[in-house]
Amino acid sequence: MATEAQGEEGGLVLHPMDQFKVEPLFGGDTVAWYTITNVTLWMALAIVAVTALLVLGTSRRAIVPSRTQSVGELAYGFVYKMLEDITGKEGVKYFPYVMTLFMFIVMANFLGLLPMAFTTTSHIAVTATMALMVFLTVTVLGFVLNGAKFLGLFWVQEAPLALRPVLAIIELMSYFVRPLSHSIRLGGNMMAGHAVLKVFAGFAAVAAIAPISVIAIGAMYALEVLVAFVQAYVFTILTCVYLKDALHPSH
Amino acid sequence: MATETHEAAGQAAEAAAPGMPQLDFSTYSNQIFWLLVTLVAIYFILSRIALPRIAAVLAERKGTISNDIAAAEDLKAKAAEAEDAYNKALADARTEANRIVAETKAEIKADLDEAMREADEEIAAKTAEGEKKIAEIQANATESVKEVAKETAKEVVAAMGAKADARTVTAAVNARLKG
Repeated sequence: MATEAQGEEGGLVLHPMDQFKVEPLFGGDTVAWYTITNVTLWMALAIVAVTALLVLGTSRRAIVPSRTQSVGELAYGFVYKMLEDITGKEGVKYFPYVMTLFMFIVMANFLGLLPMAFTTTSHIAVTATMALMVFLTVTVLGFVLNGAKFLGLFWVQEAPLALRPVLAIIELMSYFVRPLSHSIRLGGNMMAGHAVLKVFAGFAAVAAIAPISVIAIGAMYALEVLVAFVQAYVFTILTCVYLKDALHPSH
Repeated sequence: MATETHEAAGQAAEAAAPGMPQLDFSTYSNQIFWLLVTLVAIYFILSRIALPRIAAVLAERKGTISNDIAAAEDLKAKAAEAEDAYNKALADARTEANRIVAETKAEIKADLDEAMREADEEIAAKTAEGEKKIAEIQANATESVKEVAKETAKEVVAAMGAKADARTVTAAVNARLKG
């Protein structure tokens, strides 16, 4: 599709991936680990957004909440209930960690939907780091809390004895694939959605298909708003499910 | 969607060096470093300020609601109590009123009886007096008849030419009147 657009207009060049470039904010070409880049800016904005919603929004501590406060309470209740339903009472003490992940992802996703924004969660480096953190936490927690019993996660007691080794291999593989699927699901969704938006935006420059393109951008944007929330939800609920395995390894 | 992305990525790769910025490993350390900074910052903001505050607000609201419900139940019980007291007072007042009515009735009856008795007495006295007078008048009349009869008898006897004995005439008249 991009090639067609180029063919029609000649001069039109689409750069749907340029929006994902990591660039230093204050000049310079090299990106060292400490360089202040657009990643820094948009992550800082995510912190600001989280603070605005959950700290400033609740600063009045009203019994009858304001709009912002009730949204904050809604987010709190949403994640808290999800965690409690899946992991039970024992999982509630990990609530701040899960809430941190959820709030960061949901804010980064929505901030990324602003025009000209940089979407931090569209980068596999970011999502993979978070997924690996969850994976390592769950694995370490599983062994610390249950000892060798944690390996029972891979030894399916309900299955016939002959099938158990086979199932163990499958379970083990699926366990190690978790961080991969966990991270690529979020990063891939965000990247693909934003790239498609950019492609449609490029088509809007062609007069003949501009109306269709604009309508398509509207539709895609609505879909992306949904995806922004759903992906944050999915990442968080999977974190809860993995956490449940660490807390109650027996099937 | 995927094909588009790949095509676009391919083109970008032709134009610019890094291709998919997601696969440019030179930026990974930067992203991971800032991600960790961000997550730690959000974690501390949430666990130190936001989450305890929201938990407190939610608990307080729950407390307030249950308190209000308890207070409402209390007030309801009080209202029922007040209604009972009102009904009891009403019943008491009714009994009292009945008692007063009965008392007054009895009093009036007593007064009436007294008045009746007095009136009866008076009537009886007057009747007795009247009877006495009638008897007097009757007695007078009888005496007068006797007198007249005696006189007449004397005159008749004298007219017949005989000297009448007063005593004999009187006896004869008395015997006649009795008979």
